Amino acid sequence: MAKVRGAIVVDIERCKGCEVCVVNCPTDVIAMSKDVNSKGYHYAYMEHPDDCTGCTNCAIVCPDGAITVYRIKN
Amino acid sequence: MKKNLSEDFSMEDSLEQIIQEKNLVYRPTRLMTGATLSYCPGCGHGTIHRLIMEVVEEMGIQAETIGVSPVGCAVLAYDFMDVDFTEAAHGRAPAVATGIKRLWPDKYVFTYQGDGDLAAIGTAETIHACNRGEQICIFFVNNGIYGMTGGQMAPTTLEGMVSSTTPYGRNVEQMGPPLKITELVAQLAGTYYVSRQSIHKAATVRKAKKAIRKAFEVQKEKKGMAFVEFVSNCNSGWKMTPNEANQWMEDHMFPFYPLGDIKVDGKLVKNVIQDL
Repeated sequence: MAKVRGAIVVDIERCKGCEVCVVNCPTDVIAMSKDVNSKGYHYAYMEHPDDCTGCTNCAIVCPDGAITVYRIKN
Repeated sequence: MKKNLSEDFSMEDSLEQIIQEKNLVYRPTRLMTGATLSYCPGCGHGTIHRLIMEVVEEMGIQAETIGVSPVGCAVLAYDFMDVDFTEAAHGRAPAVATGIKRLWPDKYVFTYQGDGDLAAIGTAETIHACNRGEQICIFFVNNGIYGMTGGQMAPTTLEGMVSSTTPYGRNVEQMGPPLKITELVAQLAGTYYVSRQSIHKAATVRKAKKAIRKAFEVQKEKKGMAFVEFVSNCNSGWKMTPNEANQWMEDHMFPFYPLGDIKVDGKLVKNVIQDL
């Protein structure tokens, strides 16, 4: 089986780059992109997608509701 | 012969496998309108808006819910939450909500107010609505500062806290001590559920959502006033990054504004006199 169990999708245009998700991720999956969105914010992305467990912590603390979470339920 | 699958999958392949509708575990609620929030990056307002809408969605009461928005940063709350909304004059949200609820006793009515709105100009409306035990929910966002107007001192500003009108820190001899309005209203007979929550960490967000749910349940059962305070940050006003502001809030706000339920089922569960 593939190792990855969870994944997040960040709505890049909604992300304001506040980094609250980064410190709330228990497995340090999320980092801020070097690129910016159309408003000039560095948006969040999965730097280590292998480690994502789909715990939803990042999504529920996101003030702008920019994160959707998927998880393979075994 | 079956090959070892893990060798075959590139990362893109496995992500595609996970990102499918059947594996969805969390999506932002559709009761948020999708309009871009007017709040600063990292501001707690967005999270609290979303939690209220998640509870409304789970209870299936979108068509029966009416919000009253304040004056302050959340003045445009009606643009973001997809329920019926009205705008009140500064501080008058509990009075407006009282009128709506008395005319439509079966609707769910909530106010959404900041500390400048609820604890300063609207103190009278807040205290009297709580004292009368109006069957509404009040959601109170406390960031210890007047955020929208440029970070001036609010009644909730902590002792020694720097704001644009207290550049040397709040001097309690001159300006009085900060006002714990939540502990104050908890002592009134009309309040049935009073709680203080925060939304800066995943665990506290989950607790805050339960408190919002409880507040709406109290209103459903027509037990009395439900009052939930959220200690939140104002990273722009505090001149910090969002994560620094959250840490500062933990270190400085929480000792003065301790989290947790204050009044449950009409009975005080904390010694609020001592806390005042």
